[in-house]
Amino acid sequence: MLRFILRRILLILPVLIGMTIIMFVIARVLPGDPVGLAAGPNATRAEIEALAREFGLDQPLWVQYWTYLSGLVQGDFGTSLFSRRPVATDLAAYLPATLELVFSALLLAILVGIPAGLMAAVWRNKWPDYLSNILSVAAISMPRFFLGLLLQLCFAMWLMWLPLGGRFPIIFDPPPGVTGFYTIDSIIAGDWDSFWTALRYLALPAIAMSLSPLATILRMMRASTIEVMHQDYVTTARALGLSPRLIVFKYVLRNAISSSLTVIGLYFGWLLGGTVLVETVFDWPGIGLYATSAIVSQDFMPVVSVALVIGVLFVTANIVIDVLYGLINPKVRYQ
Amino acid sequence: MTDVPQDSRRSARAEASRRAFYRFRQSRLSMVGATMVAVVVFFTLFGNLLAPYPEHVRGGLNTAERFQAPSLAHPFGTNELGQDVLSLVMAGTPVSVAAGFAVVLIGTVLGVVVGALAGFNGGWIDDVLMRFSDLMLTIPSLILAMAVAAALGPGFVNMIIAIALSWWPGYARLVRGEVLQAREEVYVAAARAIGASPARVLFRHILPNIVSPIIVKMSLDMGFAILTVAALGFIGIGVRPPTPEWGTLLSIARNYMPDFWWTAVFPGMAMFLAVFGFNLLGDGLRDVLDPRARR
Repeated sequence: MLRFILRRILLILPVLIGMTIIMFVIARVLPGDPVGLAAGPNATRAEIEALAREFGLDQPLWVQYWTYLSGLVQGDFGTSLFSRRPVATDLAAYLPATLELVFSALLLAILVGIPAGLMAAVWRNKWPDYLSNILSVAAISMPRFFLGLLLQLCFAMWLMWLPLGGRFPIIFDPPPGVTGFYTIDSIIAGDWDSFWTALRYLALPAIAMSLSPLATILRMMRASTIEVMHQDYVTTARALGLSPRLIVFKYVLRNAISSSLTVIGLYFGWLLGGTVLVETVFDWPGIGLYATSAIVSQDFMPVVSVALVIGVLFVTANIVIDVLYGLINPKVRYQ
Repeated sequence: MTDVPQDSRRSARAEASRRAFYRFRQSRLSMVGATMVAVVVFFTLFGNLLAPYPEHVRGGLNTAERFQAPSLAHPFGTNELGQDVLSLVMAGTPVSVAAGFAVVLIGTVLGVVVGALAGFNGGWIDDVLMRFSDLMLTIPSLILAMAVAAALGPGFVNMIIAIALSWWPGYARLVRGEVLQAREEVYVAAARAIGASPARVLFRHILPNIVSPIIVKMSLDMGFAILTVAALGFIGIGVRPPTPEWGTLLSIARNYMPDFWWTAVFPGMAMFLAVFGFNLLGDGLRDVLDPRARR
């Protein structure tokens, strides 16, 4: 098992290096004139040259890449051309908020999607199945940012049940940081009022994010359940007279979930990408909002760094899923 | 003598497509999807002509009629510039659909070229091309498109390039898999035995036989491409006003909620319904054309 995990980890090294090359190309090669863009439209020639020297942009490309890569290894993501702050500091401050949002959305999608998919498969070609089919196509077609706006309109503006946006009331101190997740931190601190507040702020963005992965997990779970129900061992169990409930919960569920796991891993990346939109709608102070506000000021270093961080997180998540898969399904381990 | 196999082959094909069409018609959701897509295509072609207030589409404003609630004169109300929201939504259809279609088309062409080269040649070409497209797949497409669009600067064409660059790897993987399978088929061996050149085998024999999974993927992707275009517009790196684009309309309108909700809700609904139609149609086509994915 240890060898299996180690091999997976070694395999991502070339992927990570490849990603840095892509990001470097996007940041330094694609913009026709990165320095001119940073210096602003009114800069003089001397100002532009000084700025180019300051950021090392007058060096040959491979030297620039080497500087960039060795900086990354030391946790230096470069400097925002606009605010002149190191990007790494900002990323560290905003990342926990994004992760809290993504994990809550994923949890919600799994908790609802797996039982719903199981039910759709058990009642295959009956009305619950048809209903879940239409609803899941609708959910996938719903733009996340529009769903977010509708939720704000209904629950925050008209009914006023939940806050409009943000992560915590500005006038209060957030719970003491241990994990950076406000919900978990407030539980650790035993502060149930803060927990409730954090949860109320989290609810709408998490729902807006979770709907589409929920629908995909549902469809995947339905398909894999149907496939498992046609296996010989299920027929045998049925022939032996086991109750349908026992068959579904003891034999079908576990096998069906293991094939849905891969989709969940893939959706993690999709969720991370989508945080950009949902965070913008709900003013959620995560890396997505950081990236969109950088775009407005045409400051692409933060955007590229956010893309890199998200890529790394996605790759890591898939390794975790791979390992989990090996734990659930011993057959995979020895291939 | 040569007429007989020709004839029976043609009728077998006709029979197969008749059956596919029959199955497609049997599925009510697919028909709903096809109808919705037909409406979208109609507005793509005629949306600009049918807009009741064409001067608003061109950027004209009417400050006397700002923020009017939906009424007979303005079924979707008016926005902060007094422009008719219905006209903007109608004229926004061609922008979104054309951009989405361009993205899917460019992504498909790139993906087919890469995938066919990789699958047909094998060896190190395959390794290099596939490792590269796997690499592109590890960065979520929206984020990659955002980074590229941010580097290229805003604008309609730059946005399409940015999204298409993140779009092709899925097609490359699909086409490579299909080509690898088709390469082993008897008809390919037969064509080779007659002395057909590799290019002829690829273009005349293999590619025509793997068109249906590509079409299924294109129709399923159309909705997502429209969504991505709107998402970039919403973030502010897509189409610029006064060109009416659904995502951009929504990003402006959200500043005027909740009092003037109609400026946001109607463009959003148009976007949702268009994508919903394409997804239903794509699902239906997959059920008909891809025998592996039957309900």
